[in-house]
Amino acid sequence: MDTLLLSRIQFGANISFHILFPTITIALGWVLLFFKLRFNATGDMKWMDAYRFWVKVFALSFAMGVVSGITMSFQFGTNWPGFMETVGNIAGPLLAYEVLTAFFLEAAFLGIMLFGFSRVPGWLHTTATVLVAFGTTLSAFWILVLNSWMHTPAGYEIRDGVVFASDWLAVIFNPSMPYRLAHVLLASGLTVAFLIAGLAAFRWLVGERSATVRTQLKTGVALGALLIPVQIFVGDMHGLNTLEHQPAKVAAMEGNWETQSNVPLLLFAIPDEETRSNRYEVGIPNLASIILKHKAEGVVPGLNDFVAEDGTPEHPPVLPVFWSFRTMVGTGFAMLFVSWAAVGFMAWRRRGVEGLPKPLLWVLVPMAGSGWLATLAGWYTTEIGRQPWLVTGLLTTEQAVAEVPAPLVGSTLAVYLVVYAALLAAYIGVLFYLSLRAARGQLGTRPDPRDPVPASRGGVQIPAE
Amino acid sequence: MDIFGDPAQWLPLTFAGLMGLSILIYVVLDGFDLGVGLLFPFADEAEKDRMIASIGPFWDANETWLVMAVGLLLVAFPTAHGIILTALYLPVAVMLVGLILRGVAFEFRAKAPPAHKRAWNMAFFTGSLMAALSQGWMLGIYVMGLETTWATATFAALTALFLTVGYSYIGAAWVVLKSDSALQTKAVGWARGGIFGVLLGIAAISVASPLASPRIFDKWFSFPEALLLLPLPLMSGIVLLALWFTLARLPKADDSFAWVPFAAGVVLFALAFFGLAYSFYPYVVPDQLTIYEAASAPESLFIIFLGVCIVLPVIVLYSALAYTVFRGKATELRYD
Ligand code: HDD
Ligand code: HEM
Ligand code: HEM
Repeated sequence: MDTLLLSRIQFGANISFHILFPTITIALGWVLLFFKLRFNATGDMKWMDAYRFWVKVFALSFAMGVVSGITMSFQFGTNWPGFMETVGNIAGPLLAYEVLTAFFLEAAFLGIMLFGFSRVPGWLHTTATVLVAFGTTLSAFWILVLNSWMHTPAGYEIRDGVVFASDWLAVIFNPSMPYRLAHVLLASGLTVAFLIAGLAAFRWLVGERSATVRTQLKTGVALGALLIPVQIFVGDMHGLNTLEHQPAKVAAMEGNWETQSNVPLLLFAIPDEETRSNRYEVGIPNLASIILKHKAEGVVPGLNDFVAEDGTPEHPPVLPVFWSFRTMVGTGFAMLFVSWAAVGFMAWRRRGVEGLPKPLLWVLVPMAGSGWLATLAGWYTTEIGRQPWLVTGLLTTEQAVAEVPAPLVGSTLAVYLVVYAALLAAYIGVLFYLSLRAARGQLGTRPDPRDPVPASRGGVQIPAE
Repeated sequence: MDIFGDPAQWLPLTFAGLMGLSILIYVVLDGFDLGVGLLFPFADEAEKDRMIASIGPFWDANETWLVMAVGLLLVAFPTAHGIILTALYLPVAVMLVGLILRGVAFEFRAKAPPAHKRAWNMAFFTGSLMAALSQGWMLGIYVMGLETTWATATFAALTALFLTVGYSYIGAAWVVLKSDSALQTKAVGWARGGIFGVLLGIAAISVASPLASPRIFDKWFSFPEALLLLPLPLMSGIVLLALWFTLARLPKADDSFAWVPFAAGVVLFALAFFGLAYSFYPYVVPDQLTIYEAASAPESLFIIFLGVCIVLPVIVLYSALAYTVFRGKATELRYD
């Protein structure tokens, strides 16, 4: 394999590993704030128990996010020097603002949030929680500005082959930024919603019947049921925006080869770039035209429009984009179905969590990972869909790659993969281990410096701020 | 922007200064975190917990200075960034894996099943060691002009070893500051051992650098510029001597002077750093690219400069807040 391919795989592996954890921390910070405020308002211990459990998950996820993020910030230089040389004048300030405004904020107040519960006054602890949550969201904002700019560049001019910013507001509020930001933040909320619901369902299934596990299950399911319709709506808008700015990507997502009207929505197909057609097509007539153009006769661009004179394709690889898009949307609809079913059963039987049928609880457990699946699939759609461009219309991926010997890239890649696989296994293992211990009421027996309350020392009152 | 003079002149210099400052802050702050990791094998179980508690609230913010430094290199000197990081591809990868292991081991050792704790302790130590050695190696290769030959590799092995010793020293000094009773006494012993290493390291590198690099030789031994350098070895000598006497008398019953080893470590790191900076100016890639040739467009730099002016004081403020909240001995942290 050549350096380009290996570098792409390496970058893809690193960012895929990284994004798993921001997806959790961005929304979980706000959920923790919610738990804490509920506890402050009601004094009910179930909220504090929820906080204590999830703050552990937060700390662990945050650490994973930080260390993998550090890897990311070196990747630009080690693997894609051409990127910074060409668009550094735009990417640089955006990354710098992320470090300055977001990373230091998160990092400094994280310590107070995790360890400071009884060292600082209540209001300062709550403020620290707010600032950490705000910091993660802000960092998502900056990096998504940059990423969106790479998809839909705006506000720049080119001098001597180097990109210069001509209008920073246009750079920041580039055409796809609002959609991508909304879609990714919602994705984070959904990931956390299903994670909370899934682990709570697991605790319920192994026999825990505490007030906190009920509350967590309800919170998770309700948050999921609330966000998923919004997400589907935003995703649709996002797709329309992409149709306007990156039609080749949408053509690949739809598996549509010829520019034509009455395009079906394909449920299944195997796109084949050799024959430039789909095999085993199963679709709903006209639906893609209706979704994208709001009428059955709507003309949808096809992949054959993006082929150079000499026949080399100038569109992204079709198969991965087509299927990752279907994975995301399919997972989204599974989320809709499961969360609404759960809310429905609870409302209909009026017995709260007891009203949930067992099979549904069993489905909720693997759904804990559905957010990760949809998020990764979504990013793969977006990023592979941008190929062969690194920055749409300005710089191809090939132009940016470093001239590092392929074996070096390959061997470091292998090491990263081994480390990531081990850490992922450990991470998931610890989530279930913590859940089991919580279900058995043992969470407090081993002192953890960041337990906000002297754990398991009966009778100690919680400082209710 | 004209009020400051020619932006193509002062902006690159300012950014080189900022980057240098970030690296220095990183080396001192994450240096003590990594140092604590390096000392792990010498501590027993309970001491390990306390040592971890002493860096728990800080390590993340400390590591952020590395992101800041590499970020500034990336934004201010994009061409140099590419050249340096591709040349250091392998050690960077080793460092990253090391930082990953070290960072997650913190969390896992407190949360994983007790049977796994030993393995995470091991990961914490190994990660710290990988990060320290690779950083020292990169420093050596960078000093030698980013070329890897037998001679430069030997030099880099030397810097790798001595940066690691330096980190252990400052880690030990941190533990002296943040602990009491038996652990503090133990840490003073570590620091005493470390000080030999630091002395040896500074001497060895000072001798080897000019021998291995003609450019550095010229910079150091051309009159009268060399006079500018003279205060550095003098001050280092004085600090080392003072440190030597203090360490012999620590720990004190009333805990006075516990801050001295750490402060002295900071001064020594800073002095060594200024020596390096002096030897390199105006190059960002030794002998290849000056900071002026490598700098990005002044417009972009100015945008970042504005941000830095506004945000840096705020960062300093809330870092200070974090250190004040967690001042005092680390034992108190445990059952918060
Ligand atoms: C949508 C969100 C998102 C995306 C797409 C990325 N990140 Fe990230 N990153 C975060 C959201 C985030 C975060 C939520 O802010 C993290 C995760 C946990 C944390 O500590 O902060 C973080 C941490 C994090 C850190 C450690 C910060 C610290 O020390 O506190 C670095 C250096 C990066 N990231 C760098 C990157 C780079 C170079 C990316 C792209 C190539 C990237 N991240 C994609
Ligand atoms: C966080 C979620 C993200 C995921 C899962 C992701 C995933 C991927 C994948 C799979 C590729 C490979 C595409 C291919 O080569 O066919 C890629 C490419 C790339 N992405 Fe992303 N990406 C994400 C975010 C970002 C962000 C935020 C940036 C920049 C600010 C970015 C910059 C790049 C670059 C520079 C490439 C080119 C290298 C390459 O083609 O492999 N990505 N990404
Ligand atoms: C079910 C309906 C959904 C639709 C119609 C939809 C639509 C889209 C589209 C069109 C894109 C690509 C945009 C582009 O590259 O220009 C995208 C990307 C993405 N999707 Fe979805 N999506 C849906 C559900 C979900 C769900 C449930 C999640 C996660 C929980 C999710 C997470 C993502 C992510 C992380 C990206 C990549 C970032 C971005 O470009 O916004 N999506 N989605």
